[in-house]
Amino acid sequence: MPESENLVEVRGLKKWFPVQKSFIERLVTRQRQFVHAVDGIDIDIRRGEVFGLAGESGSGKTTTGRLILRLEEPTDGNIVFDGVNLASLSKEEMRRMRKRMQVIFQDPLASMNPRMKTGDAIGHSLVIFDEARGEEKRRRVLEMMERVGLTPAHVLYNKYPHQLSGGQRQRAVIARALILHPDLIVADEPIAMADVSVRALLLDLMLQLKQDFNLTYLFITHDLATAKYICDRIAIMYLGRIVEMGRLTDVYRHALHPYTQALLAAVPVPDPRFRRTAAMPRGEIPNPINPPTGCRFHPRCPAAQEECTKVEPELREVQKDHFVACHHDTM
Amino acid sequence: MNERVLEISNLRIDYPTRAGIVRAVDDVSLTVYSGEVLGLVGESGCGKSTLGMAILRLLRPPGKIVGGKIIFDGQNLLELSEEEMRRLRGARISTVFQDPMTCLNPLQRISDHFLETIRTHGSQDKHEARRLAAQLIDRLGIRAERLDDYPHQFSGGMRQRVMIGLALALNADLIIADEPTTSLDVIVEAQFLDLLRDLQQQFKLTIILITHNIGVVAELADRVAVMYAGKLVELAEALPLFDTPLHPYTRGLLSSVPNISLTEDRLQIMSGSPPDLINPPPGCRFHPRCPRAMERCRVEEPLFKEVELGHWTACWLYEK
Repeated sequence: MPESENLVEVRGLKKWFPVQKSFIERLVTRQRQFVHAVDGIDIDIRRGEVFGLAGESGSGKTTTGRLILRLEEPTDGNIVFDGVNLASLSKEEMRRMRKRMQVIFQDPLASMNPRMKTGDAIGHSLVIFDEARGEEKRRRVLEMMERVGLTPAHVLYNKYPHQLSGGQRQRAVIARALILHPDLIVADEPIAMADVSVRALLLDLMLQLKQDFNLTYLFITHDLATAKYICDRIAIMYLGRIVEMGRLTDVYRHALHPYTQALLAAVPVPDPRFRRTAAMPRGEIPNPINPPTGCRFHPRCPAAQEECTKVEPELREVQKDHFVACHHDTM
Repeated sequence: MNERVLEISNLRIDYPTRAGIVRAVDDVSLTVYSGEVLGLVGESGCGKSTLGMAILRLLRPPGKIVGGKIIFDGQNLLELSEEEMRRLRGARISTVFQDPMTCLNPLQRISDHFLETIRTHGSQDKHEARRLAAQLIDRLGIRAERLDDYPHQFSGGMRQRVMIGLALALNADLIIADEPTTSLDVIVEAQFLDLLRDLQQQFKLTIILITHNIGVVAELADRVAVMYAGKLVELAEALPLFDTPLHPYTRGLLSSVPNISLTEDRLQIMSGSPPDLINPPPGCRFHPRCPRAMERCRVEEPLFKEVELGHWTACWLYEK
């Protein structure tokens, strides 16, 4: 069978979290309530691309990343990774599949064991997957440390995470993610905590490593300005749904959904001459327990009409590779 | 020139640690004029927040002010008693922090916050105070009937507006805003910045805006001060600072900021990272990372000088 263009195919993905209730409340109200964190999304991540997933807090972007890694069991829907439906795998098969998908989180200090030396932390998965131990492990870890610019490698190998700088820690986390030569990296706000000068450096490194190791990235971020420098395609999420998706240049230059337009206009521009002219939508993201009927953005949308309050718009392709979920005649 | 609200001169702040003394703020002088927004920018650990807390005399131990003066309304804040300082805080110098939830009392209604503030520092009767509170909250874009809600019923953006509202109610002479939008989502941040700009212009507020977000500074600040490794390296009005930054650090910082409106698809990269403040490099603290470092920069510390009218920097490149 020929290799598909897509490394990951997500179809109808849903994750509803039950709302915790007290015993009394459960007796009084019959109905269970759910947070609709991810509510029916389709995504294709192509081999070798950087696919951005952007949105405000509570949009469901992080949950989507966790679902794709199967750190979270979906309520509904399928995830196909390199032609294999992850739902069909046994626990052991899934464990082996994990070698091919790795994750980088926002806070490198929180995602490293404080009592494990940096080198051992980077090489830990080699031991877990029985790939290398002892001298062989050390050799592979040192080599990877050189590749991500964690130098002098033999010195930093024996340092604990708190002895590293923020930038070095993030490099260590990247080295740890790459040591098993995965195909997919899910990067959840990987540089949000870094300082401005370090951010540029890390972005550059991530792009370089993508080439060196033939990687595919799912880049999850709230920062549309940063996304511009790394993503090939991007999906904008709002309350568990994708509202717009396409090539980054198309989405940024010709944003079609009113929410995407607002999000792009809201980003502060580092130029005192620049003045934001677009009016911001009213209010804030509503409660995801009872999302609004129809289009979820309609209570805040400046262009909302009767139809928007009743019918939920489908994500449709309005131009080649540019999808939008909006009732308006956006052409 | 406008009236001086705050004058900081030769301020030095140390944090004694087991490994040695961290010179968090080292010989910083800065004046804040009435009705201006002074942006104070720099990366984490540069001393910008420490400076803000020092003005309120709220440094967290072991931090200590070891030298300099902070003149506010003719008096040196460093010589005031704790009681005098307490009366000043909130009433004449207000604060807006990153996390407003920690500044609001979770057991008090929003209205109680306003009433207490208005009545402590004014002399209105209860009904008058309540009417004023309702007016204020309406000005903040929050419906007056929400006045009796508790802080947890408000969203992050609304809480941050309440903080600004409380500063307004006090008619404070100076507002110190430390990363006021960092915990907010981008649309809420934009709403808040729009509101803050309106209020600032309408009431001629004097604000020290401390942030790492260059975009936020560009939107609001009249003048910008740049800090690096405990030192002030550049100070100028916003336009000249962004158009013709003098200090190589400022240049590097500005060109590594992602800008959504530009067409370039690569960021400039500044090598290295900020120095250890226990043993800062000799000479100019930026010299190990500076692309234009000269011999002199390695040994002699540059003075903070006015290079062009109103444009100050500490760099040997501009020594005539």
